[in-house]
Amino acid sequence: MVTLVVARRVSAGRVGAVVGRNVGALRSGASYWLVLVSGFFEPLLYLLSIGIGVGALVGRIPLGDGRVVSYAVFVAPAMLAASAMNGALAETTFNFFFKMKYAKTFEAILATPVRPIEVALGELTWAMMRSAFYTAAFLLVMAVMGLAEPWWALAAFPATMLVGVAFGAAGMAVSTFLRGWQDFDLMTAAQFSLFLFSGTFAPVGGYPPVLAAVVEVTPLYHAVELVRGLALGRLEWALAGHALYLVVLAGVGLWVASRRIQRVLCS
Amino acid sequence: MAHPTVAVLERHLTLYRRLWRASLFSSFLLPLLFLASIGLGVGGYVGTVGGVPYVEWIVPGVLASTAFQMAVGECTYSVMGEFKWTRGAHAMFATRVSAWDMVRGWMLYIVFRVLIAAVVFLVVVGAFGALASVWSVATVPVVALLAVAVAAPVTAFAASIDHDSYFALLFRFVMIPSTLFAGVFFPVEQLPALVRLVAYASPLWHAVELCRAATLGAAPPWPVWAHVGYLLVFCVAGLYWAAVAYRKRLQD
Repeated sequence: MVTLVVARRVSAGRVGAVVGRNVGALRSGASYWLVLVSGFFEPLLYLLSIGIGVGALVGRIPLGDGRVVSYAVFVAPAMLAASAMNGALAETTFNFFFKMKYAKTFEAILATPVRPIEVALGELTWAMMRSAFYTAAFLLVMAVMGLAEPWWALAAFPATMLVGVAFGAAGMAVSTFLRGWQDFDLMTAAQFSLFLFSGTFAPVGGYPPVLAAVVEVTPLYHAVELVRGLALGRLEWALAGHALYLVVLAGVGLWVASRRIQRVLCS
Repeated sequence: MAHPTVAVLERHLTLYRRLWRASLFSSFLLPLLFLASIGLGVGGYVGTVGGVPYVEWIVPGVLASTAFQMAVGECTYSVMGEFKWTRGAHAMFATRVSAWDMVRGWMLYIVFRVLIAAVVFLVVVGAFGALASVWSVATVPVVALLAVAVAAPVTAFAASIDHDSYFALLFRFVMIPSTLFAGVFFPVEQLPALVRLVAYASPLWHAVELCRAATLGAAPPWPVWAHVGYLLVFCVAGLYWAAVAYRKRLQD
């Protein structure tokens, strides 16, 4: 339904123009480029430190379906999902907030025929480009290090795109509510807590029951389960459930974000 | 009239009284979450390291790395902002506060911030029985020393650059790798020889080993004076660089 509503009002050309503005901003200098590229290394360093370093102390870990894999194989897909999240959130929170509140970029854009939903879609598309760059590179590393079968790595790629869309849309919606930079501490807190407790470093089955119940309603948990399932070649119906969760999150996030841009900037 | 250095410290504490909520998470909650996720969560699958339960083994590492991350994090945007955005540094310089007073007052403030975080962490962790030795109290001066050893050069760096994008690079290529490969989560002996040398060069590794020796009541890998001496060199060189950078920046 959301797609239908969206499709009726959106022009691909205007969305493309919003994306194009972001691409043009890359020409602002080498530092933005460097920051963009450097984002790829963060999950990779975690993979090497926790996945391989601590992994040497852990040895092998049970997946819960009877299979036992090396700890690095267990952690790698989680870092992949996290890098999709980080890539999308970097654009849709910090940069989005700056453009909305301080640079007044959106006010300038909205003075043209571009509509709020098109701003939201354009920003999301740009965030996806960043997120996809991270995950594609990370999948390549996983395949080269023998942490995933190449075909399954390829199958996991669209799933990481879905993760990026969901987090990007949700992040954008949240950004429209932030009051100032001090709120980013809360935002970072939430993001890092998700990173630490979403079945990323240890199976959720081993968490205390109360924590496990909380974790199971949070988005990164579903992202990790979906991506891990595909990367390890475990096709099961639960994956469809995780994917559905992310689709709903993306739809709601996008709807809220465009409504808020309309309310905050067009009235 | 208070000594100018004390006046600078007071100024930062006044700001902190208004803004402390914003850093609650990174100072107090983050280390405990790290400990829960990696120490308890992953630790359940690790068992013991060198005969010590994994969670007890990483407590000193998480303590030192929190101090390290706070020292880096606090001395980036805030320091640059004082010169570039709020121009608070120029305001101070217009009084009888010297550049050296500013550096010293700022360092005292950072040590203060790191110490409260460290003490809260130690009390919580101690209440759960994860500190094996009474020597654990010796981690407090170690953490203070680490704070200056790291905060001083980072402050100098922040005072000498003109674009804040460098901070993202500092976080990603210095702070995060140090935290992940300086013996916080696994012994540096596991690292390839070349990477191990880089870990030895990091002030964090020396502080981690001193803290670990203290909380476990064992001897550190190098003599204590060598670890402490290495950190002191960073302190002295960093403070000197910071004073020079402040003086230069305040000339415009």
